[in-house]
Amino acid sequence: MDSVDRRKFLGLVGNAGAVTLASGLIADRADASESSKREDNAHSFGCLVDTTQCVGCRSCEEACNMVNELPKPETSFNDMTVLDEMRRPDASAYTVVNRYYPNPPNVHNELEPVFVKVQCMHCNDPACVSACIVGAMEKTKEGPIIYDPAKCIGCRYCMVACPFQIPAYEYHNSLTPEVRKCNFCFEKYTSTGEWPACARACPREAIVFGTREELLVLARKRIRKHPGRYVNKIFGENEIGGTSWMYLASTDFAKIGFEDMRCEPVPVLSETLQHSVFKYFLPPLALYAVLAVAMFLNKPTPDEEDETESQDAEVKNVHK
Amino acid sequence: MSISSTISEHPVDVHNNHEEEAVEVGVPFFTRGVWVLVALALIGFGFAMYRFLFGLGAVTNLTDQRGWGLWIGIDVATGVALAAGGFTTAALAHIFHRHRYHVITRPALLTALLGYTFVAIGLLVDLGRYYFIWHPILPYYWQGNSVLFEVGICVVFYLTVLYVEFLPIVFERFIGRVNLPGAFAKMNAFADWALRKLSGAVDKVLWIFIILGVVLSCLHQSSLGSLMLIAPTKLNPLWYSSLLPLLFLLSAIATGFPMVVVESMVAARSFKFKPEMHILSNLARMTPVLLGIYLVIKVGDLIYRNALVHVLKFDMAAWSFLGEMFIGVIIPFALLCSKSVRKSHTGLFWASFMIVFGVAWNRANVFIVGFTPPFETETYFPAIGEFAVTIGLISTLILCYRFAVNNFPVFPREIVEEARAAVSK
Ligand code: SF4
Ligand code: SF4
Ligand code: SF4
Repeated sequence: MDSVDRRKFLGLVGNAGAVTLASGLIADRADASESSKREDNAHSFGCLVDTTQCVGCRSCEEACNMVNELPKPETSFNDMTVLDEMRRPDASAYTVVNRYYPNPPNVHNELEPVFVKVQCMHCNDPACVSACIVGAMEKTKEGPIIYDPAKCIGCRYCMVACPFQIPAYEYHNSLTPEVRKCNFCFEKYTSTGEWPACARACPREAIVFGTREELLVLARKRIRKHPGRYVNKIFGENEIGGTSWMYLASTDFAKIGFEDMRCEPVPVLSETLQHSVFKYFLPPLALYAVLAVAMFLNKPTPDEEDETESQDAEVKNVHK
Repeated sequence: MSISSTISEHPVDVHNNHEEEAVEVGVPFFTRGVWVLVALALIGFGFAMYRFLFGLGAVTNLTDQRGWGLWIGIDVATGVALAAGGFTTAALAHIFHRHRYHVITRPALLTALLGYTFVAIGLLVDLGRYYFIWHPILPYYWQGNSVLFEVGICVVFYLTVLYVEFLPIVFERFIGRVNLPGAFAKMNAFADWALRKLSGAVDKVLWIFIILGVVLSCLHQSSLGSLMLIAPTKLNPLWYSSLLPLLFLLSAIATGFPMVVVESMVAARSFKFKPEMHILSNLARMTPVLLGIYLVIKVGDLIYRNALVHVLKFDMAAWSFLGEMFIGVIIPFALLCSKSVRKSHTGLFWASFMIVFGVAWNRANVFIVGFTPPFETETYFPAIGEFAVTIGLISTLILCYRFAVNNFPVFPREIVEEARAAVSK
């Protein structure tokens, strides 16, 4: 292959690359504008979980199990030994409570437990919704993220995408496996503005239901009123672009099972890239046009065979 | 010269190239190696059936934290990367008209076609609700924000394009040799006439499909890389980069020709003919350039993102990264820079094989090794059943390849005669 033709081939590669590269750059710059365009979630429904109030009674787990008609667990909800292990929500439990001992023993040489309820965070900018290939994950206008098994093809990309690692899968169901996660009791309660089952069941009012705006006001008020009781942070206010479920805590969130999350929503980059590549199909069409022109301009030349020979001759010379 | 006259003079020389005429090999299908493949394919089939009867959980080690495992990392992502020989050779031979490479376009096209077909089959086994695999085609389900949607649509279109590109080979096989069974024999003449008409029509539009195939491939290869952009908190920084789509595209392009080399040499061995070293060596001259571009961008990106420090952790991911880079990119790059390696049978094969292996390693790193979901309770290692299905699919693919070249004009006459002579000996 002569240098001209190598250059041409590289031209092709360069072109395809440039398209992707350019879109990458656009994406980087478009981040800011894109996220500000994203909906403001002040009126989405959410919950504030006050971990300083939670006593780990598992009433929320039980209520969730009942309202969603989930399979009965092996041991009853009164069995507190399950708290000895770290658990994650799974296909048969949309929410679980975990126990942590974030601090060293107190003056009485006792460890003080902190309990944390885990469920879907109902993100403002949900990765699962952005990822889903068929729109089976949907963000309702009220805020809750719900799932439609009739659309789902079971690709499990939502599970790969979710930064909180929430969606679980019915791996042992061979015919109609579903993605399972907290649905915020949307159909039953929250679509009409009623409290979800777990929040109602809580004997300590550790879970408060309301709009995101109201909850943020409430949370700030609590932090202001009892500065000794809370760290000055509302988990979920900004994490991953903000979530509908938010948490208050008395201690560093990293010590009670929360990942340190960045503020930018995770779907921004892929969505911007996708939209710039497919904006009026311009980049693909441009690549098509370039290739078509290349195809018709690069007429086969009759002296091509000689090239091979001269090359082989060159090789022979080298080997002599 | 006007464009239209160019079209008519060179209706994309896919099969009208008489000096490089291709014929079917037509040697006995079964050999000892073939029986081994049949056995592996059956074992894989058995596990796949088990999966359909008892669910994904019965056969795989997938967990709620690990939605994707071996089947997505290898069957799908690597399958697509290794099909890159199809569009790279199509671009070289049909768009840039390098005549000399025409002889390799048909085998490469066949590999791409089978590769993508098996990607689709692999996906079918992996999908929880495989019977809804058609959902993404219907506008009702379209979800334009989903990268996976782009990936899926590209697979559908590109598969169609590949089958259209293969049509001339089918026509060539049957034109003038139509032989319908029994009562249908009366229709032979008509069928032949119809085939000729169809073939003429396809020839006229084939160039459209060939360019389309290249465009779709570029989109598809890069969008596979975009899949992981949504998981910045989960993918190890050695791989997570906003340039992932570009890196996937460049590595696929760089793997295209080495894949053709590997596949030609394996075919040569199996059918007992001499590989066309003069063509393969020339093809390999481009590889250091293409691989070099990938290497520069990959390393540049790592430096720019300050990500190289993660190598110093020397954990599993770091070793896997080093292996991928050295064995899969740097060493074969250095090897193929040398003319004597490119001209040597063993050197060329192993250097190319390392690149092919390297791209598979890279895809496995991105989708499996480097993927570290939070709250993972047990580490994922593929189950026997997952390996069995993957190996079974690859074996079936090779069997289909053998069947296809045995029955359709894919290899040039010259080497086919050699293969036939070797058999009759
Ligand atoms: S926490 Fe995960 S599953 Fe829930 S809305 Fe956010 S991305 Fe979706
Ligand atoms: S598994 Fe279902 S809900 Fe999740 S991304 Fe795939 S199609 Fe959507
Ligand atoms: S909101 Fe409903 S589904 Fe979600 S954890 Fe509470 S009870 Fe369960």
